[in-house]
Amino acid sequence: MALIDTINPLLTTGWTKGDAGWGIKDYEARGGYKQLRRVLESRMTQDDLIAEVKTSVLRGRGGAGFPTGLKWSFMPKAAPLKYVVCNTDEGEPGTFKDRDLMRFDPHAVIEGMIIAGYAVGAKAGYNYIHGEIFEVYQRFEEALDQARAAGYLGNNILGSEFSFDLFAHHGWGAYICGEETGLLESIEGKKGQPRYKPPFPANFGLYGKPTTINNTETFAAIPFILGMGGEAYLNLGKPNNGGTKLFSVSGHVNRPGNFEVPMGTPFSKLLEMAGGMRGGRKLKAVIPGGSSAPVLPADVIMDCTMDYDSIAKAGSMLGSGAVIVMDETVCMVKALERLSYFYYEESCGQCTPCREGSGWLYRVVHRIEHGEGRPEDLDLLNRVTDNMMGKTICALADAAAFPVRSFIKHFKSEFEYHIENKKCLVDPETQRMGSGFFKAGAA
Amino acid sequence: MVEIEIDGKTLQVEDGSTVIEAAHKLGTYIPHFCYHKKLSIAANCRMCLVQVEKAPKPMPACATIVTNGMKVFTHSELAVKAQKAVMEFLLINHPLDCPICDQGGECQLQDLAVGYGDSASKYEEEKRVVPDKDLGPLVSTDMTRCINCTRCIRFTAEIAGFMELGQSYRGERAEVMPFIGKTVDTELSGNIIDLCPVGALTSKPFRFSARTWELSRRKSVSPHDALGSNLIVQTKHDKVMRVLPLENEAVNECWISDKERFSYQGLNSADRLTKPMVKQGGEWKEVDWNVALDYAAHALRDVARNHGGAAIGGLLSPHATLEEMFLAQKLLRSLGSENIDLRLRHSDFSADGKRAGIPSLGMKIADISALDRVLVVGSFLRKDHPLIAQRLRQSAKKAAQVSILHSANDELLINLTARAIAPPSHLPALLAQVAKAVCAAKGAAVPSDIASLSITADAQAIADSLVSGSNSAVLLGNFAQQHPQAAMLHALGRLIATTLGGRLGFLGEAANSVGGYVARAVPGNGGLNAAAMLKDPRQAYVVLGAEADLDTADGAQALAALAKAAVTVVLTPFRTPAMLDYAAVLLPTAPFTETSGTFVNTEGRVQSFYAAAKPLGEARPGWKVLRVLGNLLEQAGFDQDSSEDVRNEALGGKREFVAGMSNGIEAVALSFADGADKLERVADVPIYFADPLVRRSPALQQAADSAVPAARMNAATLAKSGLAAGDAVKVGAGGTVITLRAGLDNGLPDNVVRVAAAHADTIGLGAMFATLTVEKA
Repeated sequence: MALIDTINPLLTTGWTKGDAGWGIKDYEARGGYKQLRRVLESRMTQDDLIAEVKTSVLRGRGGAGFPTGLKWSFMPKAAPLKYVVCNTDEGEPGTFKDRDLMRFDPHAVIEGMIIAGYAVGAKAGYNYIHGEIFEVYQRFEEALDQARAAGYLGNNILGSEFSFDLFAHHGWGAYICGEETGLLESIEGKKGQPRYKPPFPANFGLYGKPTTINNTETFAAIPFILGMGGEAYLNLGKPNNGGTKLFSVSGHVNRPGNFEVPMGTPFSKLLEMAGGMRGGRKLKAVIPGGSSAPVLPADVIMDCTMDYDSIAKAGSMLGSGAVIVMDETVCMVKALERLSYFYYEESCGQCTPCREGSGWLYRVVHRIEHGEGRPEDLDLLNRVTDNMMGKTICALADAAAFPVRSFIKHFKSEFEYHIENKKCLVDPETQRMGSGFFKAGAA
Repeated sequence: MVEIEIDGKTLQVEDGSTVIEAAHKLGTYIPHFCYHKKLSIAANCRMCLVQVEKAPKPMPACATIVTNGMKVFTHSELAVKAQKAVMEFLLINHPLDCPICDQGGECQLQDLAVGYGDSASKYEEEKRVVPDKDLGPLVSTDMTRCINCTRCIRFTAEIAGFMELGQSYRGERAEVMPFIGKTVDTELSGNIIDLCPVGALTSKPFRFSARTWELSRRKSVSPHDALGSNLIVQTKHDKVMRVLPLENEAVNECWISDKERFSYQGLNSADRLTKPMVKQGGEWKEVDWNVALDYAAHALRDVARNHGGAAIGGLLSPHATLEEMFLAQKLLRSLGSENIDLRLRHSDFSADGKRAGIPSLGMKIADISALDRVLVVGSFLRKDHPLIAQRLRQSAKKAAQVSILHSANDELLINLTARAIAPPSHLPALLAQVAKAVCAAKGAAVPSDIASLSITADAQAIADSLVSGSNSAVLLGNFAQQHPQAAMLHALGRLIATTLGGRLGFLGEAANSVGGYVARAVPGNGGLNAAAMLKDPRQAYVVLGAEADLDTADGAQALAALAKAAVTVVLTPFRTPAMLDYAAVLLPTAPFTETSGTFVNTEGRVQSFYAAAKPLGEARPGWKVLRVLGNLLEQAGFDQDSSEDVRNEALGGKREFVAGMSNGIEAVALSFADGADKLERVADVPIYFADPLVRRSPALQQAADSAVPAARMNAATLAKSGLAAGDAVKVGAGGTVITLRAGLDNGLPDNVVRVAAAHADTIGLGAMFATLTVEKA
């Protein structure tokens, strides 16, 4: 199902025909490549273009929420060789928006990247696509061929003086390659390990050249921003949180999937669009921005609106917009064990605190879950996370630490129960009912 | 310059410095593992985290660039908490097997754990175990101890030039390893032992043989190549157990080659001559020193008296000390002989009498790094001069352009700008083409004897590179110096260098190639050079430190000459079967670790050293033996009390650099032979066979560079001879035939057969430069 529900659709307007509507003809029929043509034919200046994106307050959709226009303005004007890179290495557990975006509307990404290339003065771009979505990579290659054939890529695009080409590159599924400098290393054929910053990619990026890296959804939003104007786009959302955003809702809801809503939409509305809680069960907790975002208990999240500022105020992160919904059948210790295993498995091994700490965290949580916890373990976990956070080259150590700290903070009694009674607070029978093996509502 | 404050102390540092560099300037130590001043910044160990004012998080001192007004706190609560946190993480999976670890006592992790570690670990899970790797005969691994600092990886990639190590797998399972099924074969591999901050990489030959705190440390100087690396020789009970680099930025920086690091094994070889020996009636007898010296003195005096001093020849190893060479030449001259030479592997001596001074590097070693255009002529650079190659490798990564003109296109792991490869007999013509092109580009007059040459594209490319720079040098390697037209190459190199306004340099062949000239260990008026005194056999020879069969330009000829002599006195640390055959007296002299002495390196730097250990058995320092021989021969000038006295006499006082160096040369007649269609030999001196000491290191003899010599040709030459790689092949020269395996080496030009010299298997072939025949066996 391509599209379930949406409010004010922009990015998802092309999804209604599902797999039938991704081609260049359909995209053009939807007004696609019109903005590229306008930019080139009107000889829009790079500064005006960047100013428009700044006005929209489009913030990076990959998770960090950095203002896109500002990022573009960091690119040195004089450099002869520059790159734009699209980060479609969507590896954050719970996130699947870029996959669908690339599947149903790849040309929006291509058009956004070409316009970005124009704005920052790049001659070439790369789209780094997650290894596990190989069909999407293949479709993107096809889309590139279509765009090239139609004259949107290559030399003197649409008869202008602007030349730009775009290449697809697929990874092999390492989470760390979603970190922008790890991604650059990977494109260069090296082991995907983040680089120390500074220098930032805007100065020393792909092959040592100035590079702008944005998320897939960020690029896809560009043609729509230019179409409606930065001001109008901003007004779709709320101040400092421009536009609409895709949310990947997963977990214990009736209709998991991608939902495009304006920034600032209440969480309760999003939950309603996703069909509400499965089996009518009680909401227990939500991870609002992908697995590395701190978990929020039901009462906190129900008061939040879905935008960067509101979620941050509640003590978590909007991140990539992956909303993981957990109901009362979930054992929080078991959930954390799974998350900790992920970070233990995906740490690149470069920095000492993350390499050693991520395994330590997992082993202790695993022990607690398996009835071998000790009373001092919660303090130990907090201490280890404290020693990991902010001490590594990239944010993976923090990403491994946040779930541990937030799970313990909000669900401490459950952990204590586990340690004391050597079993789950939520009895196994209830857990099994919620696991999804049983039809919703059958209980 | 920017001003920063570290722990309340203010200092000025250069723009772009890192915090750790600034702190070191102040003498403030910041704990670290992955940081190394000669390697790129990895910032992965996180041990050097410090507090920087206004930064919310602790910052790695190794990667944080200073900014004006920056305030750094290395011992604040935030900094120390971060450092202790990292130490705890480093130790959770470390085996803590210090009592059985070779690194114990000199381990950075151990040392820092004292300052930053807890007395007990809170980690109670199972520890990681990492499989060990086979890195070859020199470096031993205990990978469970590895802290993944990646210093070794960065060393192979950046300093040695080829990334032979890498990190595989992720996270906690990350492992440092070589390519599958490969070992680490760089000639600089031992440095990763020093770089490893823990006991993951240790010395295989040294392993489990001593604790580091039991060892005495003595400064010394490498007796091998002409760089004169500064060494620390470590001994236990007067036995050398280990050799490490002594940092000297002007010479070896903080590195040494494997040859220098592991050759010490040869010091304890079973070949060591520990008692004087005399051959009487065809029988070898161990005798007391006075008997042996008496015998030697009488024998030499008799030859001088009966046949004249010119009947005596002196073959001196260029690896001998300055003092030994000085007294040896003095002794020979006192007997009336001017037949003295240390250039045992040379074949062209026509520059003698034409040189303006002592041939040397012509600049400081450190100046090499500042050159922007370099032409290396006739050199197996990486194997003959590993650390000079390393300096050029670093320069070539920046703005410098390095080119080579040689008879083999070996992988130098240097980003070369141009290369011209031709058979040995074509090298003078090829260099002349470069000279002509350089003259033309510079608007200088083209000498008439090269004016008619047509310039090949390769020679033009070299010339184009050279003329585009502003600080250039032509460096003549061992092969160029050993070449039968060495004087021509010298003169042409000189022409190119002067036309460019650049410099000409000789990459010295051995530890004391320059010192030998200073000591006058070269033929005097009417004296015979090394080749002449072997071609035209003498009645008597004095051989100092050399093994005539392996250390000369034509081992077969040398053996024949020495066998014919009535008396051969050999001063040597080692005895060989060949010596027992040709010598009359064997006098056991001390190798470099058991004597004081001096080596003058290729830049002319005088480097003296003391003995690190007592001489083995009855071996004695060579200078003392020669001094006593002088006394026994009742000659004047043999009354020095110490090696320093000898050195000062040889140098005319105490000096840091020797006087009289110049690479100038008078006009040399240039004529270019056409050796077309003949198969020419290209003879390299394999790195671990170059001198008597290194030949006796069992570990080095197992290294990849010690492979059995083959007859290597390029594909076309193999095909032309009806051969395939691996075939047994009869290689003939001057009537002798030996059988070798054919090998493929596409870096060789057509009509060339590469057969290593200085190896027992190939002595029979005779001269290093010759035409050969090959035939399928």
